[in-house]
Amino acid sequence: MPDFTPALLVAVSLVAALAAYLVMAGADFGGGVWDLFATGPRRRRQRALIAESIGPIWEANHVWLILAVVLLFVCFPPAFARLSVTLHIPLTLMLVGIVLRGSAFTFRTYDSQSDDVQRRWGLVFSWASLVTPVLLGVAAGTIAAGGIPVRPSGTFVEAYIHPWLRAFPLAIGVLALSLCAYLAAVYLTMETDDHELQEDFRLRAFGAGIGVFVTAMFALFLARRHVPLVWQGLTASAWAPGYQVVVGGMALLSFTALWQRRYGIARVAAPIQAVLILGGWALCQYPYLLPPDLTIAAAAAPKVTLELVLAALALGFVVLVPSLIYLFRIFKSRPQRV
Amino acid sequence: MNDLLAARSQMGMSLAFHIIFAVVGIGMPLLMVMAERRWLTTGDQVYLELARRWAKGTAIMFAVGAVSGTVLSFELGLLWPHFMEFAGPIFGMPFSLEGFAFFVEAIFLGIYLYGWDRLSGRAHLGAGIVVALSGALSGIFVVIANAWMNTPTGFTMVDGRPTGIDPIAAIFNPAALTQTIHMTLAAYAATGFAVAGIHAFLLLRKPANAFHRRALHIALLVGGPAALLQPLSGDRSAKMVAQHQPAKLAAMEAHFRTESAAPLIIGGIPDEETGQTRYAIRIPYLLSILAHGDPQAEVTGLDRVPRDEWPNVLLVHLAFQLMIGLGTVMMAITAWAAWLAWRRQELSEHRAFLRAVALATPAGFLAVEAGWMVTELGRQPWIIHGVMRTADAVTPMPGLVVPFTFFTVLYCLLTVAVVWLMYRQIAKSPTAEDWQRIYTPVLRDA
Repeated sequence: MPDFTPALLVAVSLVAALAAYLVMAGADFGGGVWDLFATGPRRRRQRALIAESIGPIWEANHVWLILAVVLLFVCFPPAFARLSVTLHIPLTLMLVGIVLRGSAFTFRTYDSQSDDVQRRWGLVFSWASLVTPVLLGVAAGTIAAGGIPVRPSGTFVEAYIHPWLRAFPLAIGVLALSLCAYLAAVYLTMETDDHELQEDFRLRAFGAGIGVFVTAMFALFLARRHVPLVWQGLTASAWAPGYQVVVGGMALLSFTALWQRRYGIARVAAPIQAVLILGGWALCQYPYLLPPDLTIAAAAAPKVTLELVLAALALGFVVLVPSLIYLFRIFKSRPQRV
Repeated sequence: MNDLLAARSQMGMSLAFHIIFAVVGIGMPLLMVMAERRWLTTGDQVYLELARRWAKGTAIMFAVGAVSGTVLSFELGLLWPHFMEFAGPIFGMPFSLEGFAFFVEAIFLGIYLYGWDRLSGRAHLGAGIVVALSGALSGIFVVIANAWMNTPTGFTMVDGRPTGIDPIAAIFNPAALTQTIHMTLAAYAATGFAVAGIHAFLLLRKPANAFHRRALHIALLVGGPAALLQPLSGDRSAKMVAQHQPAKLAAMEAHFRTESAAPLIIGGIPDEETGQTRYAIRIPYLLSILAHGDPQAEVTGLDRVPRDEWPNVLLVHLAFQLMIGLGTVMMAITAWAAWLAWRRQELSEHRAFLRAVALATPAGFLAVEAGWMVTELGRQPWIIHGVMRTADAVTPMPGLVVPFTFFTVLYCLLTVAVVWLMYRQIAKSPTAEDWQRIYTPVLRDA
């Protein structure tokens, strides 16, 4: 068992914040993706359902990312500095995606309801929703692949592009996108009592779910040659067999539930599956924050800072959890009327 | 443009953009809540309509504020990785608290905006009050972090590294109290005057419109008192700056030579080469009084500051004069409003007054921008006053002019979109037919 130092507790909180971001905000991005790919005779109703589902909650969901960034720069400042230098370009592009997604979605809500105007903002919103999770995945993949050096060296391309523009980070980018789309489709089946719309999103959930499986396998295949840390962790570590069984079981459960149209079960199993995928990455990396050299302990801020942040987290959650429950109870306790 | 200047420009541009939306996010919820409360207590449907329309404007501004704030939290690292590596553990606590305050704000704003038909009147008003409080609180936390950059405390330097880190002492840095009060008042003054100005303009075009009249009253009730209190808070701030950042104060006042019984220099063009300020008005003793509360007190001038530690005197001085000038205008308008109200004159029918309020629409926001130029440019060349230079904090990545250009274009486009959308919202303000609907009693489902 690892020793639960304050640094490790903060690291666990960081992973938890990212997991919350994935299953909540990730689905909002996924909603944008399904807005982009809205097709068929029910295109308008699909888009309306997506907009109503994410409207009241996306801003709150977005804050998980800010919380994660703050935890990183307050508690693990060297890691934040290194990440920010090497991943300057993908993170900047991701920020552009975040800005355009949020503002275009809001502008669409409050601008003229004419088709032209709605379509224009809708395109910005949906493309930004597609690009942003890919870039976040790329950043995560670069970290897992040990692509964040102590200081950048070589030419501009070697230092600022090559670390992330490689097969494994890109595969993780696509995996992140498929996960977001999968979560969104599964959630959307529960957001409406319109059976036609439920069928639309059930089919989309199958498509995205297969996408998750294929990209995960492909990433694992790449990891075998290029990212031994992840390959070793997921295949040869002590926790690997149990982990494989649980992730596989959750995937099977959510697929079966979707098949049998028991959406409530899929709604629970799918986010667990997503959290496990993220958690698997974290376990592979342990005890490294930035493999192959920067450990959680080595990157950690002084103990007094860590303890204060943990106290702030505890205090914050006392306020946050009831607020979030209140929010979701108001807007998610019954299907939307479209 | 070299990389340091590009990074500074990008950071400055991002802050100047974000602060508009942050200020609206602090001020508007208070206006909405006041309107909604009046609806609940008086049953006057016009107030409900007002709260709903203000809420729409707030939704647009808040969304842009949330995403541009995210950009800033990443830019701290993308542009200033060495600063964050040094300072994160020391001054980061307010940011983690801000994270939760912002969380609460976003949650309850979602409830407020989308919950009109899902909550009882009281619960809905309660959600609005939580938004107003947490919005103010998140602003306060961010400003505490900035205050630390001006008056860093909570650590000791040993061989170029911080030791004995005390994040609590960093929170209670000397500038924290004065800066947070000054900024919070500024947020209420700027929002109040901007909203009052817009409704005053519409009242000039359509006199005796009850909707705009009520809006004007509420907006002035928020903006006016803040504008009256602001000079007191400004005076505290100036004394704090005089004590802890004499170079900044000297640049603000274009005070080149250290002297006792120093005069206050109003306006003028300071010249860093000659150390002269031309075309200025000088009021004897006043700077000594304002900075140290004693007409004979010595005020440190830029001559006591090494030449390579001077901020840009011209810009800091002019920005400071602009802020003071605009603050005075808002104070004068508030005094006028108070005089008219005391004489029991209806503000919304006094055309000269309405014209003045309409002209002052941007005054608060311009003052906010000018004030931030004073505090940020006035701290240069330091990113952490006296501890780390901005030039030593910047990222090693070359070609920073590219992201700067990129974000500038992006924010210009967003500005156009926001201005257009706000114009649409305002242009849709109630017409004669709407009055029929508004004044017809509406049954609300509880």
